[in-house]
Amino acid sequence: MPAVSKGDGMRGLAVFISDIRNCKSKEAEIKRINKELANIRSKFKGDKALDGYSKKKYVCKLLFIFLLGHDIDFGHMEAVNLLSSNKYTEKQIGYLFISVLVNSNSELIRLINNAIKNDLASRNPTFMCLALHCIANVGSREMGEAFAADIPRILVAGDSMDSVKQSAALCLLRLYKASPDLVPMGEWTARVVHLLNDQHMGVVTAAVSLITCLCKKNPDDFKTCISLAVSRLSRIVSSASTDLQDYTYYFVPAPWLSVKLLRLLQCYPPPEDAAVKGRLVECLETVLNKAQEPPKSKKVQHSNAKNAILFETISLIIHYDSEPNLLVRACNQLGQFLQHRETNLRYLALESMCTLASSEFSHEAVKTHIDTVINALKTERDVSVRQRAADLLYAMCDRSNAKQIVSEMLRYLETADYAIREEIVLKVAILAEKYAVDYSWYVDTILNLIRIAGDYVSEEVWYRVLQIVTNRDDVQGYAAKTVFEALQAPACHENMVKVGGYILGEFGNLIAGDPRSSPPVQFSLLHSKFHLCSVATRALLLSTYIKFINLFPETKATIQGVLRAGSQLRNADVELQQRAVEYLTLSSVASTDVLATVLEEMPPFPERESSILAKLKRKKGPGAASALDDGRRDPSSNDINGGVEPTPSTVSTPSPSADLLGLRAAPPPAAPPASAGAGNLLVDVFDGPAAQPSLGPTPEEAFLSESWERWGRGMRTGAHPGHPVPLPLPPRFVCKNNGVLFENQLLQIGVKSEFRQNLGRMYLFYGNKTSVQFQNFSPTVVHPGDLQTHILSGLGQPPTKRVAAQVDGGAQVQQVLNIECLRDFLTPPLLSVRFRYGGAPQALTLKLPVTINKFFQPTEMAAQDFFQRWKQLSLPQQEAQKIFKANHPMDAEVTKAKLLGFGSALLDNVDPNPENFVGAGIIQTKALQVGCLLRLEPNAQAQMYRLTLRTSKESVSRHLCELLAQQF
Amino acid sequence: MSWDEFGECMRFMLLFSRQGKLRLQKWYLATSDKERKKMVRELMQVVLARKPKMCSFLEWRDLKVVYKRYASLYFCCAIEGQDNELITLELIHRYVELLDKYFGSVCELDIIFNFEKAYFILDEFLMGGDVQDTSKKSVLKAIEQADLLQEEDESPRSVLEEMGLA
Repeated sequence: MPAVSKGDGMRGLAVFISDIRNCKSKEAEIKRINKELANIRSKFKGDKALDGYSKKKYVCKLLFIFLLGHDIDFGHMEAVNLLSSNKYTEKQIGYLFISVLVNSNSELIRLINNAIKNDLASRNPTFMCLALHCIANVGSREMGEAFAADIPRILVAGDSMDSVKQSAALCLLRLYKASPDLVPMGEWTARVVHLLNDQHMGVVTAAVSLITCLCKKNPDDFKTCISLAVSRLSRIVSSASTDLQDYTYYFVPAPWLSVKLLRLLQCYPPPEDAAVKGRLVECLETVLNKAQEPPKSKKVQHSNAKNAILFETISLIIHYDSEPNLLVRACNQLGQFLQHRETNLRYLALESMCTLASSEFSHEAVKTHIDTVINALKTERDVSVRQRAADLLYAMCDRSNAKQIVSEMLRYLETADYAIREEIVLKVAILAEKYAVDYSWYVDTILNLIRIAGDYVSEEVWYRVLQIVTNRDDVQGYAAKTVFEALQAPACHENMVKVGGYILGEFGNLIAGDPRSSPPVQFSLLHSKFHLCSVATRALLLSTYIKFINLFPETKATIQGVLRAGSQLRNADVELQQRAVEYLTLSSVASTDVLATVLEEMPPFPERESSILAKLKRKKGPGAASALDDGRRDPSSNDINGGVEPTPSTVSTPSPSADLLGLRAAPPPAAPPASAGAGNLLVDVFDGPAAQPSLGPTPEEAFLSESWERWGRGMRTGAHPGHPVPLPLPPRFVCKNNGVLFENQLLQIGVKSEFRQNLGRMYLFYGNKTSVQFQNFSPTVVHPGDLQTHILSGLGQPPTKRVAAQVDGGAQVQQVLNIECLRDFLTPPLLSVRFRYGGAPQALTLKLPVTINKFFQPTEMAAQDFFQRWKQLSLPQQEAQKIFKANHPMDAEVTKAKLLGFGSALLDNVDPNPENFVGAGIIQTKALQVGCLLRLEPNAQAQMYRLTLRTSKESVSRHLCELLAQQF
Repeated sequence: MSWDEFGECMRFMLLFSRQGKLRLQKWYLATSDKERKKMVRELMQVVLARKPKMCSFLEWRDLKVVYKRYASLYFCCAIEGQDNELITLELIHRYVELLDKYFGSVCELDIIFNFEKAYFILDEFLMGGDVQDTSKKSVLKAIEQADLLQEEDESPRSVLEEMGLA
């Protein structure tokens, strides 16, 4: 083709464009344009009929003016006139103008549609293509209504030219996307699938896009395309680099078509037909193999096209997520790219690995690249690449590498680009929470976040740290100490003041013993920040101050002075003024007891989805946080507030209001002995009536908790009173008899127990961790309706001493329970402990570590006996089975110890597979004995277990299975 | 309506100069004029601020932008999340090759003065944001035919007439 100067067809246009380019200023340009517009308008309005050429030229000028960014409000009619010209170039300009400048003037649309209709019917392929392009470019509903029925016909007509078929396929695709309801499905859909076999590669390329779209909406109707796509793909990837002639791009055969076919296959699960699947796997392997071959050209186009197919192949492998072999190969391939000199490849490898990280098969393989990824975060010069690296670190994070990743991200945050700081902050906050093993690390991390990037720490993040500190009493002292230190920095971020104010108000007492952080020091430190803070922060600090009056009576006078100051009492801000007035009055009129109740420590927060995670999802769209969400690849994950392995101290002392509600739902007091026969365990509460839980709050308590609630609402929305559910039994107590059952900052409860046959004895130790006496201390054993426990006091320990009404500061008291199992049972007995601390009523309820397996009698037997009994227990309801993911490392010795702790005998040489565990035992109750057989099959590769229990009693099988399954 | 559920496609393609002059814009999803201007302005700023050697992909709004600079011109495509970046990069390259073949060593001026041709070539290559044909021959044949038609159509005109003064 000659390199003609194609533009000189319209010299006037060229002159005009030159003029515009020569304009020295915007004003000059506008002036020139206005002159031209006036000229064109007069031509269009003039009496002299314009010929096609002039019309084309002026329409083209208008188009140029429009594309410069100016508004065009005339010329549409002239453009429409051009559509019906029989000169190709005039028609072409007309269509271009319509495509770029169409408006929904219905009169005009009718005329345009008319012209299109004529062109579609013209049987001139060039005109037909122009018309199809116009429909696709405009893609409006009106056009869909007019043509959606015609285009499928053109697409599958035997006599349509290839170029027309190509345009028809993509035009139909466009209409289908815009208004799927307008495109009638029918006989053509079956034929469209067979375009995958078309001889003309261009037709296949265009058709695949349409088919992919149809598959997404109607996967079942288009299933036949899977095998066609696989064989087409197979032919391409196995062809030599020049076989496909013009469809070979820099020695890569048909890269666009390959990518599109691989995308099409991603609409479906792996092929069911073994032959098709085999062929496809072969294709995928070929692509992976080719990546290792030396390049056929040094041109970047060659490697880009080749790698485009490779990345799409990896996407398909990830989509299937079923071929561990391919996943690991993909991961290795991407690993090579992580160090490639092409920035683009490094970027894409990081991005693609992110999805691989969420597959259980490749998560570990991805983790091996952690150092390279961290290095990328530090050294990449392009922020987009660094961001991918941060995303990947987030995705590959689990308990094993959380500390390293979080610290690297924190370091990165110091120099991170402003645009992505907030996201990094959210990610760090989520990881720190999700993988915290010790919560002091979590607190340090969040405080570091505030220090490094305080402006980017959103409310969600600092609310969350408060929620967690409130719910985790093992970290409260540390948190108080740490915020106190952080606040000593001369310039600290306002978010730090908020967190510090809140935490000291709640837990400042925990560090008040140290003279360096005595109450007056704490107060003056906080108050030194007060005047520099916003209204919201000052309001929060005022609440801290009133809490200080309760925690530290010695600060009362100082704080009242501050509240009384004119700057507070007459503050222009109504919120500050109101708080000052109310708090001042409260501190003056309320008795110490009332104050203590009103200003009680905040109750634990109910667990919901982490607000930070929700925020990240909002930011990144659904799916962004899914890697963390599903927890599939992280069996050891432990939610901070009651995850799979709640520690006994997850819930702090319930507030008075929680207690109030609690009585409505809490277990009823010990049933009278008359009804004992109905239960499964016998209960006899030896204590006097004082030990019975009170039936309701005193009026005073009711009033106080109500006012507490009001105050709580005023102070902080979203604070809910804790729920009265008993604390869950830590799963480790199923297999263990001794340990710390509960601990918060006031009280520790330890347990020691022993069981023989259907009898048990349990020693409970109550330790007062404070320096203040507990009053009205009353631990009682209560039980859910279907359960009775037989409790007797130990010999030689008079009840009054055993459960002393007072427990001195630092002292420990002991209680002995004798337990007899009468029948099998499901729910452990409950221990309810109530006392007053510093005038405030405290109450908590927890489950005692008495589970049915405690009454296990191990039974040794030979393989033959075992199998005989196993067969005898073959009714479906006698068996309970669970298949579950390992929550702990799969160590055979640990497993053995747990099974023995569970109570059954372990039988060697029974299971033909030495990896499996088999056990037997008898549950001893007074009323009956239940024989139990169990089998545990670990699958180290899948990190799964299968547990099967067979007993003579359905409920026992199920319950034992539940209990035991939590252990692994 | 989200297009994701139907499979991905290109949202728009822009050509602009290093000086920030827009040379070509093609939108594949209905977008208001005001919004277009805003997006163009914003995106040009982002892309022009990037240094050479940086990677050719960036996340922008909810889109992925693939761009490449050829001499004084930036070619810039916005695609959706799941789209293949590398093949988009080569799609840009193929378009540049088509322009080059057609104009013969294409330069920015060719595109300025023959903007309508640049659009026609793009339309032959992409339709609705999807590749219609990747063969250079097929695409150029279509354009060539059109040119032949054009040459048959047109008889020479005087300069004065061209200037609109006749």
